[in-house]
Amino acid sequence: MISVNFSQKIANIMLWASALITIAILFIMVGHILLNGVEVIDLQFLLESPKNAGREGGILPMIVSSLYTTGLALIVAIPLGIGSAIYLTEYAVKSPLTKAIRYATETLSGIPSIVVGLFGYTFFVIYLGLGFCVLSAGLTLSIMALPIIMRTAEESVRTVPIGYREGSLALGASKWQTIRKVLLPSASPGIVTGIVLGMGRAIGETAAIMFVVGGGWRMPISPLSPAQPLTVHLYELFSAGIISTEIGYGTATVLLAMVLAITFTANWTMRRYIKKIMGE
Amino acid sequence: MAFLVNSNKHAEWVIEKCLFLSAISAIFFIVLIIVFIFEKGLPMIIDYGLLNFILGTNWFPLDGQFGIFPMILGTLYVTAGAMVLGVPLGLACAIFLAETAPEKMKNSMEPVIESLAGIPSIVYGFFGIVVIVPFMRDAFGAGFSILTCSIILAIMVLPTIISISQDAISSVPKEYKEASIALGATHWQTIKKIILPNAMPGIATGVLLGVGRAIGETMAVLMVSGNVVKIPSSIFDPVRPLTANIALEMNYAYGIHREALFATGVILLVVTFALIMVVDYFQRGN
Amino acid sequence: MNKIETRNLSIWYGDGRVLTDVNMKIKEKCITAIIGPSGCGKTTFIKAINRMIDLTHIARIEGEILCDGENIYDDGIDVVELRKKIGMVFQKPNPFPMSIYENVAYGPRVHGIKDRRSLNEIVEKSLREAFLWDEVKDRLNEPALGSSGGQQQRLCIARALSMKPEVILFDEPCSALDPISTSKIEDLIVELKKNYTVIIVTHNMQQAARISDYTAFFLTRGELIEYGSTSRIFERPLDKRTEDYITGRFG
Ligand SMILES: Nc1ncnc2c1ncn2[C@@H]1O[C@H](COP(=O)(O)OP(=O)(O)O)[C@@H](O)[C@H]1O
Ligand SMILES: [Mg+2]
Repeated sequence: MISVNFSQKIANIMLWASALITIAILFIMVGHILLNGVEVIDLQFLLESPKNAGREGGILPMIVSSLYTTGLALIVAIPLGIGSAIYLTEYAVKSPLTKAIRYATETLSGIPSIVVGLFGYTFFVIYLGLGFCVLSAGLTLSIMALPIIMRTAEESVRTVPIGYREGSLALGASKWQTIRKVLLPSASPGIVTGIVLGMGRAIGETAAIMFVVGGGWRMPISPLSPAQPLTVHLYELFSAGIISTEIGYGTATVLLAMVLAITFTANWTMRRYIKKIMGE
Repeated sequence: MAFLVNSNKHAEWVIEKCLFLSAISAIFFIVLIIVFIFEKGLPMIIDYGLLNFILGTNWFPLDGQFGIFPMILGTLYVTAGAMVLGVPLGLACAIFLAETAPEKMKNSMEPVIESLAGIPSIVYGFFGIVVIVPFMRDAFGAGFSILTCSIILAIMVLPTIISISQDAISSVPKEYKEASIALGATHWQTIKKIILPNAMPGIATGVLLGVGRAIGETMAVLMVSGNVVKIPSSIFDPVRPLTANIALEMNYAYGIHREALFATGVILLVVTFALIMVVDYFQRGN
Repeated sequence: MNKIETRNLSIWYGDGRVLTDVNMKIKEKCITAIIGPSGCGKTTFIKAINRMIDLTHIARIEGEILCDGENIYDDGIDVVELRKKIGMVFQKPNPFPMSIYENVAYGPRVHGIKDRRSLNEIVEKSLREAFLWDEVKDRLNEPALGSSGGQQQRLCIARALSMKPEVILFDEPCSALDPISTSKIEDLIVELKKNYTVIIVTHNMQQAARISDYTAFFLTRGELIEYGSTSRIFERPLDKRTEDYITGRFG
């Protein structure tokens, strides 16, 4: 029989190993891409359009497309997400409707992005007649970002101590004043986190917008121009035979850098904010 | 003054209605998605016959044959493979983080998991195609395969499984653990016999959400699955999962072919709803 | 002069009754203490006085509460104006997560005062009135949550004073504080009665005896057992239950 202490030792080793494997996976992946990517990236890569069927040149229109579509998505998703969070925590009483809202949010975040893509195509592009463009993509992406922002915002508004609400209302502040001046500022670290997570989701999304953006290498100017965000560009580089692995590394690096930068800036601001408010 | 008060009341009323509208936006979008996907896909399923559609083994759109059975199998195999690889690793990480990890280790794992969750799926696909596919080709003679797909998906579902299982494990009451240790059980025995059984509903939720993520994943599988429509006979065979099929053919499909792709979307939606219902069931049992 | 008067005030939470036919006249510029075992409805009673109870959706109210002769539950009453007139300080200090200055300026700001000079004046005056000015005048822009518990509670009092209220409700304001902070706040409350009508809930009998002019004793389901001048209640209680309670023989 294996002794009890021996199995405890084995277990410990296995648990440590699994954590280290997980860390290693991330470092190998990110490290590999970044190391190969930085060799490709220079000012020209960041500031030029693709050339020679995508084998050379830069990815500026793609960077702009990514930011443009993500920006539009956030413009729609942020007010809806925060509004919903406030409604659910401050106005709604528990009812079948609030249950349905939660269920819908959960479901929305579980729908495969390719299905959202099909929807974006039939609804925004065809039915509403917006065509293949930045706006259609932004609206489609807002559906992806919405449930994340909603859920995170609701959680953080809910954890604001009840005393803040009472304190404000007892001073004769209206409900909306209380929300705007006390609840939202107190909940803002959580809300910002939610927005950032939603932003990360939107900027990294491919399947939801591949039938919606239109593509091409032109710089998108108006919301009705077609666009090719970084993610779609990266796919295009590999969808019809491998066009250029170098450009692929460069594009993936820029994309990764954006996503990781977003994540870490958010964490950093949040910590600073908490420190400022809480007084050490 | 009285006027001021009144206009404020009006403003408050308008604000409340606006907030209400944002709150129901999720329901609004879900309904829109269902209506528009079903409207395009359901007639095709009815015309073609549900069984012919999901059990048919021939996908020849130009000849009007739309059997998605090979693709259903493709999705099932890569998902199952991802779970076989991802669940043990993820669960072990969750136990480690919730039970035995020193504070420092915990703090450094957090951003790792966040980053894994935040990396776009196209980047996973890219990494798959430039690193894992060549590696698998050298090692097993088959680059684009179920196994390659499963490896990538296993990494992608790790954050979901880890964070939800970790929550479930941490929320097992301390008293249970103390009682077990006080009886002379080792920490590992306590984890095995007390903590894991009690955390099971939460862990199951994490695994199911992971399954959902794997089934719905498109870009990564699209890039490494090989995309061959055929019933696979080994884990080294290429496959074409359902999502990849939509992504590959949508751009040139028209007519009934396009409807068949929407019909595939209908199937994916139904699977998503079913999974969420099961997750709900587990959470209620909690 | 009576500032507040309740007439057959009864309150239910759902089906559970928490106040039973309370009739009480509360004198202007006096300190009235509310005592009674926990759960007897003290908090409910004072929350009814500035209609903070409106926030509890399941609460149902019968009877009247008059403030300066006007029923505060009448349809025409503006709750905002009412709460400006009747301020409240809570059991647990609840400063907002903002600077000390912003905490005190919050009330005036939400009621439309924007001018920096007026705000400065109000902040300084309120903090002085709350015996806090000297301790915080050099760090007005630091987070309020960095202060000690006693300072936080006095800040909450200053915040209430910034509205120039006529009545201030205190719900066990010292229960979360140390003895030194407690006596500071007691001194402060006694000082406040020169200009304000004070109603204070306390579970501390000595506190009621020390600072209040009138005392009301509630028992389960919010029955007002006895009400009168504090000296009389503590020296010659008429009801056996009051005597048991104040001598600690209760329950
Ligand atoms: N929001 C509420 N919903 C239901 N019951 C409540 C609520 N608040 C208080 N109660 C109940 O009403 C009774 C009186 O409460 P409270 O006024 O807080 O008493 P006290 O302040 O004297 O301790 C208690 O039995 C309490 O449980
Ligand atoms: Mg109380």
